[in-house]
Parts: sequence; structure tokens; C-alpha cells
Amino acid sequence: MLSQIQKKRRIHLVVASGLLLVIAALLMGYGFRDGIAYFRLPSDVVNETPPPEELFRLGGLVAEGSVIEDQDNTIFEITDSDHAVVVVFRGILPDLFAEGQGVIALGRLADGVFSATEVLAKHDETYMPKEVAKALKEKGLFRAPVQ
Amino acid sequence: MVGCVVAELGHFALILASLVALMQIIIPAIGVFLMWPKWMHLVHAAALLQFFLTAIAFAALTQAFVQSDFSIALVANHSHSAKPLLYKLSGVWGNHEGSMLLWVLILSLFSALIVWFGGALPIRLKTLTLSVQAAIASAFYAFILLTSNPFERLAIAPFEGMGLNPLLQDPGLAFHPPALYVGYVGLAVSFSFAVAALLLGEVNAAWARWVRPWTLVSWVFLTLGIALGSWWAYYELGWGGWWFWDPVENASFMPWLFATALLHSATVAEKRGCLKSWTLLLAILAFSFSLLGTFLVRSGILTSVHAFATDPGRGVFILAILIIFSGGALALYAWRGSMIVSDNVFAPLSRETALISNNILLVVAALVVFIGTFWPLVAEIIFGRMLSVGPPFFEIAVTPFLVALAMLLPLGSTMPWKTASTAGLRHLWWVFLSAVLCGTVVLFLDNAHSTLGALGLALAVWLAAGVVADLAKRAGMGRGGIRAALWRIFNMPRSEWGKSLAHFGLAVTIAGISAITAWESEDIRLAETGDQYQISDRYALRFDHLGLVEGPNYQATRASMMILKDSHEVAQLFPEKRFYPVSGMVTTEAAIEMGFLRDIYVVIGDSQADGRVTVKAYIKPLANWIWLGAIIMSLGGLTSLLDRRYRLASVGRSRPRMTPSPALER
Repeated sequence: MLSQIQKKRRIHLVVASGLLLVIAALLMGYGFRDGIAYFRLPSDVVNETPPPEELFRLGGLVAEGSVIEDQDNTIFEITDSDHAVVVVFRGILPDLFAEGQGVIALGRLADGVFSATEVLAKHDETYMPKEVAKALKEKGLFRAPVQ
Repeated sequence: MVGCVVAELGHFALILASLVALMQIIIPAIGVFLMWPKWMHLVHAAALLQFFLTAIAFAALTQAFVQSDFSIALVANHSHSAKPLLYKLSGVWGNHEGSMLLWVLILSLFSALIVWFGGALPIRLKTLTLSVQAAIASAFYAFILLTSNPFERLAIAPFEGMGLNPLLQDPGLAFHPPALYVGYVGLAVSFSFAVAALLLGEVNAAWARWVRPWTLVSWVFLTLGIALGSWWAYYELGWGGWWFWDPVENASFMPWLFATALLHSATVAEKRGCLKSWTLLLAILAFSFSLLGTFLVRSGILTSVHAFATDPGRGVFILAILIIFSGGALALYAWRGSMIVSDNVFAPLSRETALISNNILLVVAALVVFIGTFWPLVAEIIFGRMLSVGPPFFEIAVTPFLVALAMLLPLGSTMPWKTASTAGLRHLWWVFLSAVLCGTVVLFLDNAHSTLGALGLALAVWLAAGVVADLAKRAGMGRGGIRAALWRIFNMPRSEWGKSLAHFGLAVTIAGISAITAWESEDIRLAETGDQYQISDRYALRFDHLGLVEGPNYQATRASMMILKDSHEVAQLFPEKRFYPVSGMVTTEAAIEMGFLRDIYVVIGDSQADGRVTVKAYIKPLANWIWLGAIIMSLGGLTSLLDRRYRLASVGRSRPRMTPSPALER
């Protein structure tokens, strides 16, 4: 008798957990649409332009001599030595942001200009953002960052 | 030149500790299976000795940092003679090697605590638990000695150290890693108890009662550690955020979710003898996830703003530890878990069901966090694409489960064990109505700008008023007058107070999160001295001065700003941009005017050629409630820990109230 009720409880439990997992899977599928940002180098962007609504991460080096302050915006170029993309950002740049250094910007590309909502540079001063270093290495463009 | 010997002494003590740990695994375990009491008793001395030796090693390293002995590579790389003493001390664990030493120190401390406070534990259970503890410790000793020796010497000692990362020179961060580590390592105790119970093949109410205090300690420290980390990120990083869903944050959040689930399921196992097998599984998983957290942080495998040790060899080593311990424990669970059966049944509407729902929701939330955290790795390996999973994913996929949990909480926590009736929940009607009322009023005052914010606050009221209603019901308001009611409420077991406090703290945190998410205002612009402008509907900022200041080990550009409310001066703020010459680093120092109902948060960027600077000013409503709630939750945990039934040693000596099962006693 006891085990009968326990068996029934177990079935309830399995059904309830299964249901929750299905909900979780649906939510995750939905969440991935907005939450995933692909990483791209300027060359990737030039070869295959992503749609203007897609949020992605553009990485590379801040091109030497490209940083301009214009009103409230900062304009600079992210380069992978082959190609460069113009980035417009409004806000406070991270402490480690500097010309010639590795950088990742999160934003959207419209009409050839990347509007960044966020610019990331590592807290850690000793290495470049991992993806930038890796992608540049794969392209054979990696140079040790200036320390 | 005493320092020269001390470091070698520390290294030697660490090697000895690892040998003691090896002995602590083998001899007592043989004693348990061959029923040789003397061999079993050896475990006490071994555990204490191991703690003593590790403490010597840690003290030696601390001494090297305090004395700035730059002949030790670690000190030379992470310290500087000009650093304040607090940061020389926090420098001990502000790096990979030192933090691993801290990890084993805490682990061996916990083993010693089991010896000191575990007087009432059945000898076989205690012995095996300490053996498993020693097994975990040996793996980490090997890790430290083979891959991350903190005592390594430099052939030529430099005259000056390279300094600690200035971002880490902060009181919040000085105590964030130790608190988190106590949390992570405390879960090792629950794990060891679970593995020992599986080996012995018996879990009873007493077992659950023994495991719960350790889980509580670990949960309290995890909660505090996560809150400290979040607070540090909030005021130190200068981004104004308090939670980024960064892999390293997730690494601490997953064990927290599991520990929370474990706390609740252990209650069921203790009070009702159900969910025992599930509790074992949770104990194993909770520690597995804290190992996973260590792996994430230490290997730097995922791109993360925190990773400060990127060495694949170390990563593989920790991964091996993770696989051996979690895999081994899970295999043991698969083999022996079915031996553990429930003693009781319960109705579909009962506290048991409520706590099971709590557990499922917490575990599903943790799994979603897990998938989100590891997805970039999976995508890179399988699809060869680099991507990142950002906050929107976690907000969409994790929050619903946590909200559902909060919605169920007042219902579940007031239900009786075994079977509940809807009539017994009637007192929650006014709680529900006050939550709805609060939500409506907020929506009205806010001109319906943020429905989610209003819902969040309504949820917080539902939780907080639910706690009050539950207490009122327990006091039996209306039964025998106010004095009898007060007497009843003050004589409630401390664990009941702990539960109420913890749930109330959750309400406070939810209120803070909802308000800051819904009604934060932000103003960014280029400004120069003399400017005055509105930064929100009610507040204005006047930029008074910009100048250079000299700090103890940095130079700063400091702005002086006045915050005005309806043209009254409310606060003067001094945001800074600091330059640390030793490490060549620049940091942003946010200036925050903290208030109970709102924070005013100002940061400045680099100065432009024309003398203007970027000024970012936020008004963050109820920001402090996020951490205040976490502190209340931890206090709840502590209160619960002081409950009489957990006083293991004294119970064992004076009044043997609990009756350990014969199987464990033998």
C-alpha cells in the first residue's frame, strides 16, 4: 500500500519535472535568440555583412590614431590589420582602452558603421581578450600586445 | 634572514600535510571496514595534525607577504612593499597559488571542526566522512605541490614587487574570496557526509540533522561571498552594474542554488524521512558544482572578466579532480542510492510537496545557468564559432523559475507537514490582497511605466507579508490573548526564526532588484567645470572642480560634484580616475552617495583635450536593498544554525536526545 502511493508520487514527480524541463528548454531556445552574440573580426564583417538587427561582438585592435571624440560620442576603428570597421560609442570607455590594444565592442552594424552599446577591455592588463587573441592567431595576424 | 627558512618550512609543512592526508584516507577507512576501533580513532589525530600543518604553511606564506620577501616568486609578482598591510594580507589569497592554499586550509579546518564538534556522530560515519575529506584534501595538496607551488623561490630576488592588481586592493574584495571559499569548501563536508553514508548504506533523520548545519554554514558564507562580490563589482568596476551573469559569477551562483536546494531537502529528510536519496544526490551535486566553479575560475577556460590564472595544465588537473570525485560519488550513488528508501508518504498538498517544488525549481534554474555558462564552449568545440551568452539569455531563461519559486514560497512555508488544506492557507488572502494593492499603487504612481517593476515589488510584498502572516499564525493571534501569543512567538525554535529571516531577506533582495531594474535612470554627457544640469527628474548635478590628487600609491584625476535636489544641495561627490604607476594600470573610482531609498552613482571618464570629461550619473533606486537582503538572509542562516538541535557536541555529552540508527552506530 505504502509503495503504491510512493509509486504514484514518483510518477507525479517525473511528469512535473519533465514539464519544467520542457519549459526550461523553450525558455532557453527563446533566450538564445536575444542572448547570444557571435564574435566577429572586421574581416568577417567585410566578407559577410551581418543583418543590421543582429547584436554581435566585434573584436580586434583599436587602430592607431583612429580615436576621435565627437560631441558625446567616441569614434574609433577596430582593425585586424586586413580590414577596419568604424565604431561609434557613447559612454565611458573602459580603463584599459587604448590605441593598439585589444578590444571587444558589443553592438550592431548599420551602413558600415558599428554602433556599440558596450566596449569591453579586460580587467587584466596582462593579456588580450581571449577571442581576439585566438582569432588573430588563426589569421596569422597576431602580434604580442604592447605591454 | 629568518624569512629564508620560514618559506621552506611552509613548503615542508605542506608536504607533510599531504602525507598525513594520505594516511588519513587509508588507515581509518580500513578500520571502519574491519571494525578496528583503534585504526578508526587515528582519524582524529590525523585531521587535527593535517590542519595544524596546513596552518603553518599558510602562516609561512602570510609572513612572506607581510615581510615583503621578494625572493619568493609569488610575493614578488603580487605584492609591493608600499602596499597597506590589509592588502599585503589579502595579497596572500589574491592570486592563484595562495588562493589554492587558502582552499586546503579551509578544507582541513572543516575536518578539524568535524573532530571538535562531531562528538555525537556515530564513529563509523565520522571516520568515513573524515577519510573522504582527506581524499579531497590530498587531491588539492597534489595540485598545489605539483602545479602551483606558492613557495617557489626566484634565483635573483628583485628589490621591489610588481604589486597587486589595484582593482583587487579593496576591502570588499579582500574578504570576497575567503567568504566564497568557506562556502565552496563547506559543501565538501556535505559531500563527504553523503559519500560516507552511501558507503555505509544508511541514511536516517539523524544523518540529515548532522549534514544540515554544515550546509547552513556553507550557504551563509556563499550568500555573503556572492553579495560581497556583487557589491565590489558595483562600486569598484565603475560600470554601475551589480550582476553581469559573468561565468565566474555563475560559478558561485550555481553552488548557491544547489546549496539552497540541499538546505530545504535536508529539512524534509530530517523531519519526515523522505527525500533522503535525493538529498544525498544534491549534496554530491552541490560540491561538484563548487568544484566546477573552482575549475572555471582557475583554468580561465571561459572568457571571463575575472580569470586571472590562464594555465591549461592546471585546468586539466582540476578537471581530473572534478571527474574523479563527482564521477566516483555519482557512480557510488547509482550503485547504493536505491538502498535508501523513504519512511513516509505525504499528500499532494503538503509542505513536502512544496519543498520538492522548491528543489525542482532551484535545480532547473541551476541547470539553465549551467547550460548558458558552458554554451560558448560547446559552440566553439562543436560548431567552431566563437560566441558569448549574455545577460538577456539568463534574464529570459532563469528568472521565470526564480519568480515561480518566490510565488510558491509563502504558500509552502506556511503549510503543515504530511497534509495541508486550503482552509489552512486562508490567512494568506490578506497577504495576497496587500501585494496586489501595493502593485497597483506602484503602477499608478509610476504612470504604468514599468509593469515588471510593479510586479516585482508586489512579489516582494507577497513574500514579506507572507513571512509576517506566517509568524502571526504561529503566534496564534486571538488565542489566549496577546501575552500568550507573544510567549509563543518568542519561544519558537531558532530555526523557525532563521527561516522567517531568510525568507524576509529574499523579499528585500527582490524589491531591490525589481526597483533598480525598472527605475534606474542614467545620464551620460561631456561636461566641464561650471556646468549644471538635470540628471533625472528630481536630481541635478553641478560640476564644481576638476583637479589632480596624489594618493598613497596612485595619482588621481578627481572631480568635485554637487548633487542638487529641487535646488538644495544633497551630496558632494568625488569621482576619480586613478593611475597606479607600479602596475601601470588605470582604474575608475565611482563616487556613490548611498541612501536607503536610492544611490546616486557618478563616474568620470578620461579628460578631453578641451578640458571636458565624460560624466556618467545614475540614480539607482533601492540599490542597497539587494545586499541588505543578502545580509538578512545570511543572518537567517546563522540564527538557524544556533538552533538547539544542531548543538552536536553538547547534545552528545549531556542529553542524548537524538537516537542514532543502530546501523550507523555499530
